[in-house]
Amino acid sequence: MLERMGDDEFRAYLQEGGQVEVGDPMPEDYRKALIKFIEMHGNSELMGVLPEREWILRAPTLQRKLALTAKVQDEVGHGQLIYRVVEDLGKPRDACFDDLIAGKTKFHNVFHYPTKTWGDVGVIAWLVDAAAIISQKALLKCSYAPYARIMKKICWEESFHILHGRDVVLAMMTGTDEQRELVQEALDRWWGPLMQFHGNRIPAEDDPMYQWRIKSQANEEARQQFLDGYVDQIWELGLTVPDPELRKDEDGVWHYTEPDWDELKWVVTGHGPATERRLGLRRASREETAWVRRAVLADAA
Amino acid sequence: MIWEVFRQEREGQPFQHGGSLEAPNREFAEAYAVEFYGRRAESVALWVVPREEILEIEDPYVADVFDRDYRRVDGYSLKIKLREARERAGTA
Amino acid sequence: MNAQAPPSALVGTVLAFADDELVLGWRDSEWTGVAPFLEEDVAFSSIAQGEIGHARALYELVAGVLGGDADALAFDRAPEEYRCAPLVELPLVGDWAATIARHGLYETADAIRVAALKESDWPELAGLAAKMDREEAYHRMHARMWLEKLKGNERFEAAFTELWPYALGVLEPAQRGALAEVVGRDEVDAVERGAHADGFAALHEEMTMVRRSVPGATW
Repeated sequence: MLERMGDDEFRAYLQEGGQVEVGDPMPEDYRKALIKFIEMHGNSELMGVLPEREWILRAPTLQRKLALTAKVQDEVGHGQLIYRVVEDLGKPRDACFDDLIAGKTKFHNVFHYPTKTWGDVGVIAWLVDAAAIISQKALLKCSYAPYARIMKKICWEESFHILHGRDVVLAMMTGTDEQRELVQEALDRWWGPLMQFHGNRIPAEDDPMYQWRIKSQANEEARQQFLDGYVDQIWELGLTVPDPELRKDEDGVWHYTEPDWDELKWVVTGHGPATERRLGLRRASREETAWVRRAVLADAA
Repeated sequence: MIWEVFRQEREGQPFQHGGSLEAPNREFAEAYAVEFYGRRAESVALWVVPREEILEIEDPYVADVFDRDYRRVDGYSLKIKLREARERAGTA
Repeated sequence: MNAQAPPSALVGTVLAFADDELVLGWRDSEWTGVAPFLEEDVAFSSIAQGEIGHARALYELVAGVLGGDADALAFDRAPEEYRCAPLVELPLVGDWAATIARHGLYETADAIRVAALKESDWPELAGLAAKMDREEAYHRMHARMWLEKLKGNERFEAAFTELWPYALGVLEPAQRGALAEVVGRDEVDAVERGAHADGFAALHEEMTMVRRSVPGATW
């Protein structure tokens, strides 16, 4: 068990690779930052379910229906793992849901946008999940060990999702003109949010999440990694990226039109096109099933 | 009630902590553990235990106050005696 | 029976069974993401997937006789061609008591149906029924676990009573006595297959909308 130490000593301990376990003494700032960060991740898994679950019902083949159900199921499972970590840090799951529904806590920008077609299903599973997996891989080195451990299982399960997404996209890109158009149209809508996903450039020295090794990758680094991994895959299918500035220079650095950081801020503070409707759905389903939790979970306490 | 799940990845391997879940009783805990840690056939066996049943020991051994090196491999130094024995036997 | 095609009445029974599993799986998957709590969400989603998987296997069996493929049978028929029991068509998402009541009743009826099919003269069907029976053991355990928890709960008991005539309609008349005995209720007039429950047209519309958007495409 970790000894109690001062803030500076603690930070040095973390930067040398020190790990923190459940129940270890930790500075209150660190604990609060962890809760906020990990809770946002849990919220994102839970809210990420909503755009996709409608398409389970509309899946055009039995195999796609099964694969999409399994993907969404994984995300719910990830939410469960993540909220358990938050609960062990001191914030109960119900309190997390209360705050999420009340709009007091955040979730990733991409889950504030509506889906329109089966093209979205492919693009989300392929590219949105790809963007997320880059951040998630960086979290494998998180200083808080219980979180780093569940990230292993999460990353492993996410690898299936990207394959599924790419398969859905490829089926359409090798299909009819209408199908190819569905993919391009979806990509045109999702590109902006994707470029905003990793957040704006914060130098590592100014980011306490980095200082505490909660995050081990800078936002810009993550975005560059995403572009490196996926732009060629997008272009080789004959799809166009709706950014005329997008190019890689001789040093291997990607240049692009500056993402709309105002839009990002506006959206994650609860003003996305689908935010209200989705939070409303969460609120309603939670109320409808409150009696079940009282009947089943409460009396076991 | 919180239950801790330990999973065995392959036959013969140690059980490792996989995570925890909330369930009202053993039946539910079993159903959920199987879902979370087995639906992709990623475990060959699971141990599921109520968290309150786990005895957590944080500092398993008090630091050596008295020299107890007879319990450790590095507490034995055979080199010198072995050399002497070989010289005696003429096998050095 | 190896060289002959199975009798068309039996093929019809299997097709109806496939439709039951498809539609119930569709209804059950409406809970993915909005189940009462996260652990149950994951568990119930597996049950929905199990049902769709069984539907797929049953459709493949029928396609082997009638031609076409499982997806065509599952998605390309007109609403009036589906032969599912009204029990599985009822829109119950939001109502966990009714969902569990249906789950329990369906699993009990299905156990009787599957036991009979395991004895079928159509060897592929008998084999498939045996495989399904093994997987259904988990579904039955899950249903039992919930029935135990909700026994005596007012909402649940009311839903169970309301769905009882629908449950009888899942089985052939000759099998309904057995169901009544297992469940411990008197047999009543069943809600028969034939006319679809309210909500089926909307279900079919949503279920087929992407597929119909580009007819004949590969997805």
